[in-house]
Amino acid sequence: MDFSQTHFELFGLPATYALDRAKLDAAYRELQNTVHPDRFAAQPEAEQRVAMQWAARVNEAYQALKHPVNRGVYLLHLQGIDALDASNTKMAPAFLMQQMEWREAIDEARKSGSVAALDALSDDLRAAHRRIEAHLAERLDIAHDFEAASEAVRQLRFMDKLIAEIGDVYEELES
Amino acid sequence: MALLQISEPGMSTAPHQHRLAVGIDLGTTNSLVATVRSGLAVVLDDEAGRSLLPSVVRYHTNGATDVGFTAQSAQNIDPRNTIVSVKRFMGRGVADIEDAASLPYRFVDAPGMVQLKTAAGVKSPVEVSAEILKVLRERAEVSLGGELVGAVITVPAYFDDAQRQATKDAAQLAGLNVLRLLNEPTAAAIAYGLDNASEGVYAVYDLGGGTFDISILRLSKGVFEVLSTNGDSALGGDDFDQRIFCWMLEQGRFAPLCAGDARLLLTKARDAKEALTEHTDVRVTAMLSTGEMMDATLTQTAFNAMTASLVGKTLAPTRKALRDAGLAVDEVKGVVMVGGSTRMPCIRQAVADFFGQTPLTNLDPDKVVALGAAMQADVLAGNRAGDDWLLLDVIPLSLGLETMGGLTEKVIPRNTTIPTARAQDFTTFKDGQTAMGVHVLQGERELASDCRSLARFELRGIPPMVAGAARIRVTFQVDADGLLSVSAREQSSGVEASVQVKPSYGLGDDDITRMLKDAFTHAKDDMYARALNEQVVDAQGLIAATRAALAEDGALIDAAETAEIEAAIAALEKLISSPDVEPNHHLVIKRGIEALNAVTTGFAQRRMDRNVRRAMAGQKLETFG
Repeated sequence: MDFSQTHFELFGLPATYALDRAKLDAAYRELQNTVHPDRFAAQPEAEQRVAMQWAARVNEAYQALKHPVNRGVYLLHLQGIDALDASNTKMAPAFLMQQMEWREAIDEARKSGSVAALDALSDDLRAAHRRIEAHLAERLDIAHDFEAASEAVRQLRFMDKLIAEIGDVYEELES
Repeated sequence: MALLQISEPGMSTAPHQHRLAVGIDLGTTNSLVATVRSGLAVVLDDEAGRSLLPSVVRYHTNGATDVGFTAQSAQNIDPRNTIVSVKRFMGRGVADIEDAASLPYRFVDAPGMVQLKTAAGVKSPVEVSAEILKVLRERAEVSLGGELVGAVITVPAYFDDAQRQATKDAAQLAGLNVLRLLNEPTAAAIAYGLDNASEGVYAVYDLGGGTFDISILRLSKGVFEVLSTNGDSALGGDDFDQRIFCWMLEQGRFAPLCAGDARLLLTKARDAKEALTEHTDVRVTAMLSTGEMMDATLTQTAFNAMTASLVGKTLAPTRKALRDAGLAVDEVKGVVMVGGSTRMPCIRQAVADFFGQTPLTNLDPDKVVALGAAMQADVLAGNRAGDDWLLLDVIPLSLGLETMGGLTEKVIPRNTTIPTARAQDFTTFKDGQTAMGVHVLQGERELASDCRSLARFELRGIPPMVAGAARIRVTFQVDADGLLSVSAREQSSGVEASVQVKPSYGLGDDDITRMLKDAFTHAKDDMYARALNEQVVDAQGLIAATRAALAEDGALIDAAETAEIEAAIAALEKLISSPDVEPNHHLVIKRGIEALNAVTTGFAQRRMDRNVRRAMAGQKLETFG
């Protein structure tokens, strides 16, 4: 196993934030078909062990590229930047304001027990998520503006937390 | 340049004898064994032509056991020594069993897993399950006419590490080589998916006797990718019986029941539930040992009302699974029903309403898991070309560690595809701290005390440093069976500690050895002869596989490495050709096998690297072609 190989090289993909998801999925399936332990269950232990290590590596790489936040973090990491560094909390005031509004809206939906309000909020958040992803792709792939890209990654992570909170409220309302 | 060889489609490259492998569905209520015969998955019946084996074990004073129908028919007369639904106790402590007080058993609160006091002594749920597995193994060996190469054993997808480990221990105790632990909904998906050549997102709703699982899978070009799974490992048909049982107590106003009468009423409750599958009402009659009578009519409407909350308890995990998969209800193309409890009309209706479509029920819900497991066993045993399908499964519950203040730090989140490995760095809390306790947890809750404790171990010998200076890397590894191992290493000194996650809720190797000895004193089998034979067969297989690999890919390694491998082969051959020179000869052979495996690791890695390059080269041609 060549650990100097990047996740992108492993899947034979260009190292960009913009991603051809179909190609990633096809390469992932092809690699797992080759290395998965189920392919070696009747083989000697040494081969089974190597298969498990490889399959774990391929899974890790796939997770890192598949998820919007992870992919941003990984690309910035390749540039020597820790986007989620705890000391780096810079965030545009407008985004913070928007954040607070969403939080309040989630709270209201919880109190009023309105599933319809939650549904609408979910749609809003997902649309905003996609807009930030597009912005991140432009900053990273074209402008090579790593500072703005790091901020976009942090924003996406905030959004993921909000989406998870909505999930918790759904659960509360359902039980 | 040498030309690459390509075999005929559907033929394996090295034609060999069909290897006998089975799939076993070790269920709460019933168990089954299936195999693939002439390319077709079939359930193996007993001599009387019955395919289901009731998961019931009765212990006699002389140590003998009855398993299956004989035991089942004795449960009213000998309830304390007749263990039913033992799966509910696997990997569980007394505190985990909510209805322990209403069960007729004498529980022993052993550290780790609960144990049961029987006429034949104290038994662990692992031993009880092993009795069931032994009967199925014998059924398969008689039916197939030979020793099994191995078995795929199914477990509920929502089983945690302790429950999985307990299941694997039981199989080992029953003399089975476990090819894989396979999640029940995934097994069902294989049977269904391959039958219908499906593509798209499917939900598998699996309500068994004692467990509920929901799995969301994407089927694409022969890959079964589990997107999410959820469930309740203590919810099943038994709970529906319990509701009828409570209704009976209300109707009959009986004096406190003895164990036999309680068991009788539970049996009647199950009969009534099954009758309501086809009738709108059922008359329930029983005569207790006290002479009290039960005679009342239960309508389907009343039954639906008393069990509505149970049905609701299956829908909450279903919603969670969909949310974790990031999917809406209308993106699910089909819903597969698995488990005998999905025969209940109220369940079918609730699932149809929830998903807005009629669920698929064309395969027998009792058999579909065993059939899928048999198909996977056939692949894993090496009987197929191997590129037919691939399963990518997930862990059902997050794995993590306890940190300062009793909080849980998640290392591997739930629904992570396995196998997987994750490392996370931790540091010391006090100046000069030289040891660190590692407490491994499973669950979603924030407080460590609310999660399941899987294991504790200590990393000692950390060089004294100021607080926060040490870098302790804890690595979690989950294998293809979903089983966890954890290791910890101090980065600057290289001090290391690791644990196979077994101690607190599974059984140690010593326990297994003791139980194996106990088991064999009652059996005609000679444990030693069997162990020696197993090692010889393993060694021969390893030598043949290594030789084949050398013949095919010898060019990948240099002369020195080849010589080293040849020497290890020769040494192992010498060991198996001079059997029985000492009483522990099987252990000597085992070490020879380990030695050969160790020297071939580098070779295996290079073969895999080459395979990956080939696969990716083909991939590029496909994408750009």
